[in-house]
Amino acid sequence: MSQVVFERVQPGDRLPPLSVHVSASVIVAGATASGDFEVVHHDVKGAQARGTPDIFMNILTSNGYVQRFVNDWLAPQGRIRSIDIRLGVPTFAGDTLHFAGVVKGKDESQRTLEIEVTGTNGLGQHVLASVQVALP
Amino acid sequence: MSAAAAPDWLVQLRGRQGSPAAPARTATDPVNLPMIRRWCAAMGERNPAYLDEQAPLAPPAMLEVWTMRGFTPDGSGGAVARLTGIDEMDAAGFTAVVATNLSQEYVRYLHPGDLVTQQVTFVGVSDQKQTALGPGHFLDYRYEFTDQRGEVVGRMRFRILKYRPTQVAAAAPAAMKPPHPRPAITADSAFFWDGLNQRRLLIRRCGQCARLHHPPGPMCPVCHSQQWSVLEASGRGTVHSYVIVHQPQMPGFRYPLPVALVDLEEGVRLVANLSGVGPEQVRIGMPVEVEFNEVEPGYVLYAFHPRAGG
Repeated sequence: MSQVVFERVQPGDRLPPLSVHVSASVIVAGATASGDFEVVHHDVKGAQARGTPDIFMNILTSNGYVQRFVNDWLAPQGRIRSIDIRLGVPTFAGDTLHFAGVVKGKDESQRTLEIEVTGTNGLGQHVLASVQVALP
Repeated sequence: MSAAAAPDWLVQLRGRQGSPAAPARTATDPVNLPMIRRWCAAMGERNPAYLDEQAPLAPPAMLEVWTMRGFTPDGSGGAVARLTGIDEMDAAGFTAVVATNLSQEYVRYLHPGDLVTQQVTFVGVSDQKQTALGPGHFLDYRYEFTDQRGEVVGRMRFRILKYRPTQVAAAAPAAMKPPHPRPAITADSAFFWDGLNQRRLLIRRCGQCARLHHPPGPMCPVCHSQQWSVLEASGRGTVHSYVIVHQPQMPGFRYPLPVALVDLEEGVRLVANLSGVGPEQVRIGMPVEVEFNEVEPGYVLYAFHPRAGG
């Protein structure tokens, strides 16, 4: 765990990158832990019957990984105020997600940071996120 | 499609904008440590604040998890089951669903024992759009989460695409041939990638101490000056060290892939793929020269191949 100090953070600072190999198990574990039993997130044949080649990551897991990626840098300091994500290409079983993050904004009076997070996989950009965090 | 041409079912659906999308639902279980632990394990989340035995906090991104419907044998346990608009879309042939946007605001962190209730409002439905997945409509929902005292603990916006699949599963993998991976280009590194597109190998030179450094950053790592200029390298160098990459494999590369640290004759070191040389032929000290390859239209990457002499 790092010691992120608000005064030393500057816009343009980069978060340590993270790569996650997304096995079918990762997709199923994320979907079930987030309570999402939509067929396309755990059943290959069910997913194919709905026109996709394989099971793919559900949005609550993408959201969870964005939180985890920020916390890998921030925790145990700070509070996450909001996470705003937009999904692009799906993340199918067997792909790898590469997360990158950069500090986009800093509010001295509120002691908050705006962090942009991207997650890309073999098909392109999977997730673009804006995360607001507050530091002590 | 203009509003005037909207089919009856869409007009009727729009009449329900701003009204509840489903009855309020209270979580089956209060916030609890076992579900927090299982969620953290699935996400690789290691923040100790969420796993503290004495006073754990719920991970904020679990906001909606507490009120998810959970598994039902008939398959109705998805995130969007029974929200306004889903049945209408299914009946109109837009049977497939994919989530596209999620925006969560955390008013306060939840603790074990909190009992969450969600209320969902149907915000709206788009005109028919042609998307990469097929024709469909975007549906927007607004969620409000309250605790056992009726106080708001979080809010959420959720957008989904309900669409008519245009491709059968067997054809999908070919249609999704992955593009070559792209670099994350920043204001500091844009000149380098622009240079490649002109088939020039450009190196950042400090404007104060004249040292070369790569990869480019916002300031000189030695004297910390933010002044800089650009040097066009000759493209000649030698292999300082190398690895042969077998795994993990990314689309767009051939494996086993030799990757080298190349010392340019100008005195700066680059990471580069090697071409025209077998994995077993690479040697430390080998003279190499840059080449430029247009891997996709308008997208040029560099590599190094062996050159004669030294």
